[in-house]
Amino acid sequence: MSISERLTARTPTGVWVRAGAAAMLWVVLYAANGPFWDWLLLDRIGLDGEGRLGSGVRFFFYDSVKIALLLVGIIFLVTVLRSFMSVERTRALLGGRREGLGNVMAAGLGVVTPFCSCSAVPAFIGFVAAGVPVGVTLSFLIASPLVNEVAIALLFGLFGLGPTLLYVGAGLVIAVVAGVVLGRLRVERWVEPFVFETRLRGEVVDPAAALTWADRMRMGVDEVGVILRKIWPYLLVGIALGAVIHGWAPEDFFARHAGAGNPLAVLVAVLVGIPLYSNAAGILPLVEALHDKGLPMGTLLAFMMAVVALSLPELILLRRVLKPQLIAAFVGVTAAGIVAVGYLFNAVLGV
Amino acid sequence: MSTVQIKILGPGCANCTNLERATRVAIEALGVDADVEKVTDYSTIAAYGVMSTPALVVDEVVLLSGRVPTASHLREILAPLVAAG
Repeated sequence: MSISERLTARTPTGVWVRAGAAAMLWVVLYAANGPFWDWLLLDRIGLDGEGRLGSGVRFFFYDSVKIALLLVGIIFLVTVLRSFMSVERTRALLGGRREGLGNVMAAGLGVVTPFCSCSAVPAFIGFVAAGVPVGVTLSFLIASPLVNEVAIALLFGLFGLGPTLLYVGAGLVIAVVAGVVLGRLRVERWVEPFVFETRLRGEVVDPAAALTWADRMRMGVDEVGVILRKIWPYLLVGIALGAVIHGWAPEDFFARHAGAGNPLAVLVAVLVGIPLYSNAAGILPLVEALHDKGLPMGTLLAFMMAVVALSLPELILLRRVLKPQLIAAFVGVTAAGIVAVGYLFNAVLGV
Repeated sequence: MSTVQIKILGPGCANCTNLERATRVAIEALGVDADVEKVTDYSTIAAYGVMSTPALVVDEVVLLSGRVPTASHLREILAPLVAAG
C-alpha cells in the first residue's frame, strides 16, 4: 500500500482530521523557519548575518525551506480545487463560443483547469474538432502555462499579494489579446489539416466526475509528490544562484546594467527568458535575489513569464498540429505581449 | 473465452507508463485474458474523444482519462471483465 492509499483508507471524518492536522503542522513549520535558521546559523555556528557568507548561507537554507513549504501547501490546495474542473468540462463550456468572449473565458478556464502540457496536442485536437475556434483554443493554451500555480505560490510568498495579482491579471490579458490577434490572422490555414479531419467518436469520460473528497485529497498529495520530484533540481539551482547573487554580486551591478535606466532591459530579459527551460520554482528565487539588488518588478515579471510561458518542449509537441508559421506567430505574439506588460509595469510601479 | 482488448492512450509521458504498468499488474492479479496495446498516435488518441492523457480503453470503450487510478480503483474497473470474459 502506498502512503497516499494508506492516508485515504479511512473514514470520511478521518480524512478531514488528517487534513486539519497537516494544515496545523504546516503553519508551525512555516512560522518556525526564520527563527530556527537564525538560531542555528547565527547564534550556534556564529555566522555574521550581515556578511556575505552569512547572508548567502542563511538565504539558501531559509529560502529552500520556505519555498518547499509554500509549494507543498499551494500545490495541494490548487490540485484539490482544480479536481472539480476538467479539460472536458472546459471544452463543453467553450463549445459554440464566438471570439472575444470566448477568448476571455478560455483564458480564465486555462488557469483553473487541471492541465499538463504533455496533453497539449490531444487537447488542441479535441477543442478544434469540437468546433472551438483556433484563436480561442490558443488563448487557453497560452494562459495555462503562463498563469501557473507554482509561480502564484512563490510570488505570493516572496512578494505579497500586489505583485501576485498583477501577474495573474497580466497573464490573463496577454492570453486573451494574443488569442484574439492570432484568431484575426486567420491562423486556421496554419493548422495541420488532419486536425480538422479528426472525427470524434465514443463517449467522453469526464475525469472530474464521481470523485469523493478522499479521492481529491489523494490527488493533491500525489500531485505534490509528482511536482516536487520534477522540480527539485531546478529549485536548488535557482536558490543556490539566488544565494550567490544575494551574498556576492556587487551591490549595484544589476541595477546599473539592467535597472530602470536601461530602456532595453525588458526586451533583453524576455529574449533571454524564452529559450531558458526552467519552471517557476527555479526562476523565482533568482527573481527575488535580483529584486533585492534593485531590478524593477516589471522586468523581472517579464523575464519569469517568458521562461514559463514559452517552453521549447511544448513547442516541439505543438509542431505536430501547428505549422511552423503558426508556431512563430504564437511565440511572437505572446512574447510581444510579455514585453509590453513588462514596460507597463516598470512605468507604473518603478522599482 | 474471448481475449479483452486493452489500449493505453498516451504519447509516452511518465503517467502513461505508470498506467500501463498498473494495468498489467491488475489484469495479472484478476486473471483476465487481455491484450495490452499502447497507442501513441495523436490523431487516434483524439479520435477516442480523449483530451487528457493517459487514458484507458477496454474493448473500444474509454473507461478512464486524465489520471492514473489507484491500484484498488483499477481492479474495481477491470473486475467486471473476469465475469464477462
